[in-house]
Amino acid sequence: MPTLTIDGIQVTVEPGTTLIEAAKQVGKSVPHFCYHKKLSIAGNCRMCLVEVEKMNKPVVSCQVTAAEGMVVKTDSEKVKNLRKNVLEFILINHPIDCPVCDQAGECKLQEYYMDHSIADSQMTEAKVHKPKRVDLGPLVVLDDERCVLCSRCIRFCDEITKTGELCFVNRGDHQTLTTFPGMKLDNLYSLNTVDICPVGALTNKDFRFACRVWFLKETPSICTGCATGCNITINHYDDKIYRYLPRENEAVNQCWLCDEGRLSYKFVNDSSRLLRPKAKTNGQASFVAPTVAMEVLVSQVEKTKPQDIVLVGSALESNENNLALKKLADLLGVTHLYYSARIVPNPSHDDFLIKADKNPNRAGVEKLGFKPLLGAAPIHSKVCIILGGLSEAEQKALQPKASGHWVMLASNEGPDTQAADLIFPTATFAEQEGTFTNFQGRVQPFAKAFEPKGDTRPASQWIEELAVRLGFCHCEASQLLRSGSG
Amino acid sequence: MEQRLTKNFKVKDSHRLEVSRAQGGYQSLAKLFQMKPEEVINQVKEAGLRGRGGAGFAAGLKWSFIPKNSGKPVYLTVNADESEPGTFKDRYILELDPHLLIEGIIAACYAIGAHVSYVYIRGEFYFPMQRLQAAIEEAYQAGLLGKNILNSGFDLEVYIHRGAGAYICGEETALLESIEGKRGHPRLKPPYPAIVGLFGCPTIINNVETIASVPYIIQNGVQAYRAVGTQKSPGTKLFCVSGHVVRPGNYERPLGYPLKNLIFEDCGGIRGGKKLKAVIPGGSSTPILDANDVETVLLDYESMEAHGSMLGSGGVIVLDDTTNMVDALGNLARFYAHESCGQCSPCREGTGWAAKILDRMLSGEGRPKDLELLRSIADNMAGKTICVLADSLSMPIWSYMKKFRGEFEAYANPNH
Ligand SMILES: Cc1cc2nc3c(=O)[nH]c(=O)nc-3n(C[C@H](O)[C@H](O)[C@H](O)COP(=O)(O)O)c2cc1C
Ligand code: SF4
Ligand code: SF4
Ligand code: SF4
Ligand code: FES
Repeated sequence: MPTLTIDGIQVTVEPGTTLIEAAKQVGKSVPHFCYHKKLSIAGNCRMCLVEVEKMNKPVVSCQVTAAEGMVVKTDSEKVKNLRKNVLEFILINHPIDCPVCDQAGECKLQEYYMDHSIADSQMTEAKVHKPKRVDLGPLVVLDDERCVLCSRCIRFCDEITKTGELCFVNRGDHQTLTTFPGMKLDNLYSLNTVDICPVGALTNKDFRFACRVWFLKETPSICTGCATGCNITINHYDDKIYRYLPRENEAVNQCWLCDEGRLSYKFVNDSSRLLRPKAKTNGQASFVAPTVAMEVLVSQVEKTKPQDIVLVGSALESNENNLALKKLADLLGVTHLYYSARIVPNPSHDDFLIKADKNPNRAGVEKLGFKPLLGAAPIHSKVCIILGGLSEAEQKALQPKASGHWVMLASNEGPDTQAADLIFPTATFAEQEGTFTNFQGRVQPFAKAFEPKGDTRPASQWIEELAVRLGFCHCEASQLLRSGSG
Repeated sequence: MEQRLTKNFKVKDSHRLEVSRAQGGYQSLAKLFQMKPEEVINQVKEAGLRGRGGAGFAAGLKWSFIPKNSGKPVYLTVNADESEPGTFKDRYILELDPHLLIEGIIAACYAIGAHVSYVYIRGEFYFPMQRLQAAIEEAYQAGLLGKNILNSGFDLEVYIHRGAGAYICGEETALLESIEGKRGHPRLKPPYPAIVGLFGCPTIINNVETIASVPYIIQNGVQAYRAVGTQKSPGTKLFCVSGHVVRPGNYERPLGYPLKNLIFEDCGGIRGGKKLKAVIPGGSSTPILDANDVETVLLDYESMEAHGSMLGSGGVIVLDDTTNMVDALGNLARFYAHESCGQCSPCREGTGWAAKILDRMLSGEGRPKDLELLRSIADNMAGKTICVLADSLSMPIWSYMKKFRGEFEAYANPNH
């Protein structure tokens, strides 16, 4: 284990540690464009040059590894000048169209210019012009003039997805990023190239021009796209989700997200969101006050024997919401405890992040003792309280013995809610906190991004209220419901 | 002087195997296969053969870097990319004595334990490529290549790989990328090719002339090789002279030969009765010499260094007193801007920027601060990139502006 000195601080690092990583360990961040810890070393931007004693030239800290006794300087006058000079080179042909650039506010070039340069351009000649608004693929747009040619996106497609769509063409200051002839940047993870692009060259069609990044708030959460449970940051503003960004978790998603999951946020903002309870009278559904809806439910449950009640949890809902349902079953003595799950035809899947199981919490709901509804023998019941949603196939397992028995706690309108007799609008995972258990059995917390809208509440709150209204003492109900976390 | 590399150049049909053999071609192989590979390496080391591709790195020492028993195949790659402006020596060997090169390839491969060799030829060298290809075929038919060469038990396959017209593919690691079918981008070093080279295997890259120098060393021994040249730069070298001389062309001379003699005796002096102004001694990137330097400088690695330049590839470009040095530098800057592979920010942007500034100066729009700016571009590129192409422009910028300052100042102050 080599011991070296970085800016006067001694540090001992694992053999093979690059200087840029060693510097990180002593709290020094070395500016860089091309270096990315998950990709091979390209060493092309030359932004990370540092001084090493006894070496006659500056060295690229992203490539050179720590050696015993090395004396490294990352903030000497000389190093500061090196950075300034590299930035000058990178900027001479850069369009500097920050006011209309989607990356402004989260752009490494902007940041580094502010931190390490603030020099006027000395170039008076015409800049090199390159293609603008290049449609790289279904989700990504490229502005070649903003590209700093760091090759991160190319290496991502070569090394992570192994799809190899991207390449450079032409030489010198005409070098240009593009796709191979006849190819599009079209792979299951293409939007990660936008994340790792240090500048505004690659932009996400779904997000570009939607919101200035400095307005966005950040909430740590979990992607609900599949059973992997990739760690995400929800970027939201004014109670609306604008995008997901991957949040690093080496054990789950490293620092990546699949495109499908990344774009799975839309149901939260959707106009199909249920904001008020609904009840059917004579086959006609209409909005009702929460107290009215609750009264209907209470009277239904009160007049039904436990063996005629079915409770359906959801592999899409948090452990906490499912637990509430489970506790209600315990209080009432209900034994019919099933769960629904999202099934999609021909689901995408691979051996990296994407699971064919499109439910974020199947492992959690199964651990709580719920049985799958799909494929269960027909269950005859009078009251059915359903968390989340129901597929057509799942509906077949539930055999109604009386009218008015479909009660749903759902966030969005859908074919299943059409059939419901009583609907309580629920908050989505973005509007509450909780946990999901991913396919590995990892219990992963997510935080509340913003407050539930309208009459929506987390499903557990509706269930708790029902328990109280059924006569269970408040503290008994709430303690039961809130204790433990699955 | 005894001609070693060029002895067959004037012989009719020198490119054909039977002619080559009649001139003593392939005779070194009998000796070669009597020696152990380490002995071959040592002999080349002792002969003091230095790489002729530009950097002058000791060939035998380079060969000794190949790891023993790595379990991986070893490759020899012959660099016949010859794209440096003013350099046209390898081309002559390929055209006029391809069998000398093949003989050298056999020796080098035997020494380093390679059974496959690639000759990387610049795409524009179509005729030289055909000559080499025909020679390789003849050699296979004669049992000089292929399995069990001359019953030595040594096998060797030689392939030609044609470049597609990029100067940067002469840089040894860009060359390897190109053979692998990738874009010609120089690799980060380390690892060096001797450890991780072609297809991830130990690889030696040598210039055509370096390899063609080997048969003489095997055949005649260290003493004979060192009979000419200097202590630190032994042997002979090809100097290809172009520019404003009466008789441009290829001249094989011992290292240490006076540049003045080359220009004024061998090449017949400056054409049209003009005066010598400057000499680019070893390919376009080497720092320029002025007429004063030419009085004393010798054509060897040490003397060139003492005069602030480099022997380089041996591409000697002679400029007479009608030459506009700002124009000459502008020409070079355009070349390097065009040939920068585009990877490293300083080289990609700096070469193009320097070319634009020089073009502007040449169009009469120069400004006083241009000289400082050019120097800072040169400073900020050199030593800060993956390969030395950036330095190859920095060196001329520094040396032209230093030696011909007045001319640059005049362009920087057009209204004075
Ligand atoms: C930009 C660049 C271009 C080069 N072009 C050539 C070339 O055309 N031919 C050549 O032999 N070496 C060329 N070289 C040098 C090679 O990288 C390498 O050093 C050489 O082939 C090694 O052979 P040697 O040791 O026999 O000289 C070039 C180097 C650079 C940096
Ligand atoms: S990429 Fe960065 S520096 Fe360039 S225009 Fe966009 S915000 Fe500005
Ligand atoms: S598009 Fe972005 S990630 Fe790709 S090479 Fe350009 S700057 Fe780098
Ligand atoms: S110095 Fe220039 S030619 Fe060499 S690798 Fe860098 S960009 Fe390419
Ligand atoms: S980060 Fe090291 S060269 Fe780009």
